[in-house]
Amino acid sequence: MTGKTYIDRQIAWKASAYLLCVTMALIVLVPLYIAVMGGFKSMGQLMTAPLAIPSPCLPEQYGDMLTGKQGVLWQLFGNSLFVACCTVSLALVLCCSAAFALARMHFKIKGLMYGYFLLGLLFPLTVAILPIYIQIRNLKLIDNFLGVILPQVAFQLPAQILLLRGFFRAIPNELEDACTIDGYGPLGFLWHIVMPLSTPILATSAILTLVASWNNFFLPLIAFNDQKLYTLPMGVMYFQGQHASQWNLILAYLTLAMIPAIILFILGQKYIVAGLTGGALKG
Amino acid sequence: MQQLAIHHRPMRKPVSTFLLLTVPALVIFTAFIIIPVFQSILFSLYKWNGLGPLNKFRGLNNFSILFKDPVFTKAMIHTLMIVIISLAVELPIALGFALIIGDNKFKGAVFFRTVFFLPYVISEVITGILWQFIYHPQYGLVRSIWLFFAPESTSPAVLANPDTVLWAIMGVIIWKYFGLHMTLYIAGIQDIPLELKEAARIDGANPVQVFSNITLPLLKGVLSVSILFSILGSIQIFDTVWAMGKGDPVNSAETMVTYLYKFGLQRFQLGYGSAVAVIIFLICLVFSIVYLKLIVREEK
Repeated sequence: MTGKTYIDRQIAWKASAYLLCVTMALIVLVPLYIAVMGGFKSMGQLMTAPLAIPSPCLPEQYGDMLTGKQGVLWQLFGNSLFVACCTVSLALVLCCSAAFALARMHFKIKGLMYGYFLLGLLFPLTVAILPIYIQIRNLKLIDNFLGVILPQVAFQLPAQILLLRGFFRAIPNELEDACTIDGYGPLGFLWHIVMPLSTPILATSAILTLVASWNNFFLPLIAFNDQKLYTLPMGVMYFQGQHASQWNLILAYLTLAMIPAIILFILGQKYIVAGLTGGALKG
Repeated sequence: MQQLAIHHRPMRKPVSTFLLLTVPALVIFTAFIIIPVFQSILFSLYKWNGLGPLNKFRGLNNFSILFKDPVFTKAMIHTLMIVIISLAVELPIALGFALIIGDNKFKGAVFFRTVFFLPYVISEVITGILWQFIYHPQYGLVRSIWLFFAPESTSPAVLANPDTVLWAIMGVIIWKYFGLHMTLYIAGIQDIPLELKEAARIDGANPVQVFSNITLPLLKGVLSVSILFSILGSIQIFDTVWAMGKGDPVNSAETMVTYLYKFGLQRFQLGYGSAVAVIIFLICLVFSIVYLKLIVREEK
């Protein structure tokens, strides 16, 4: 008897677990589905049948955006991609070299410098945003991509240096000695041994920076007045302002704007999750 | 042989290499984080519109005006509410789902993990605009659901109503971030050796006992990180709120950062805005220090 009730309970628990998961999955996915489908619909259809499959289907709404007749989607992609690539490469170079120096070279000032970088973890972007605005204005970087790239890189430094330094320290000294015997200096060791050994962690660091840059809204908001420089989040908001009640067009625009992040997520999920959880597990 | 082994000599020379590697990072870090943070503190003591010399010293005047402004009080309360709802609703939801789909034997676990994490990678602005549509009183999904249950009534405009707008935004925040926290918990759960749970089960522990005596204590580290992320993130929330109506109607969804942005960069009261920044900084600092203290005590 007890065996039977145990199995019954197991089944009930499994069933409710699945019910919960499916409900939550619907809550997550239905808004996305509505956006994708809404882009194919007319305004009338949006009102009468928000969940239905579009009929008639209006693919030209997406087509006009992809061919540039409606909005400036490709320009936004281009700007976002340019800012993200510059941010990622600059952040990688600076974080790698600083983390390497702090992990493997021995100077008394090292500890102090590491502490100084870690101080950055205490300062969120919002706290510094007004002086950063003044700073980029003084440097004449308003309406210049560097006005977004440089602060973005700066705010990546503390956490990434922390992450990479830990990894670089774990590389065995024997490899360093072997490298020295082969006649390489610190830079040779960094380039020929440390970097190739650290590919996974570098990928993780790069992809986290990429996502942060791609979705950043606050810095472009203060740094760009010129619409030609707008990145995706800015451009999407501007498009919404221009087409206040044409929700079918706005949904199409949103859908297209979402696609790169979703593709990136599917391709890089492993690294994104590893990067986020790695920090949390190590405390 | 042992004596022949080369004693490891840490890399030292040359100084120029060390400087080459560290100075560029130091310069950018100092120029765009350290100097601005100290400038924030400095500006907060002045009345300044961002142009001309910084010479109207006002002491702590900005702070006393700030605390007398009912809108700022509202902004602080809203921010606090977002913190509380994140901790009290979002994190338990995340933990609940982590317990279900953290188990690799659960069929479809990988699919559900991917789906739940998905909103995290979509930009806050896109999320906010999409949810404006979902909440739209004429077209939105919320309207359809409302009319299904109450066909005769008019569906509410949740984002235009001062009583509901903040709750509507909090729903979106949970939608967007619970998957991130769930992912952290799953990583923590999978770090727990299975033998521990099995041993407890053999000893006759029921699932609730296994959870409270094994899973929960061993998740402490991950939980504390997730709680800190959640608190610091909630205090600084801006993008989502801005994309869903800029903190309006009538400041009903104003948060500390939307308030900072409005005064600092829309009205160019940089001194006053900086005072808000200093308060945000102090609040974050207090949380971080308390957190570090707790972690350090834990490790001892």
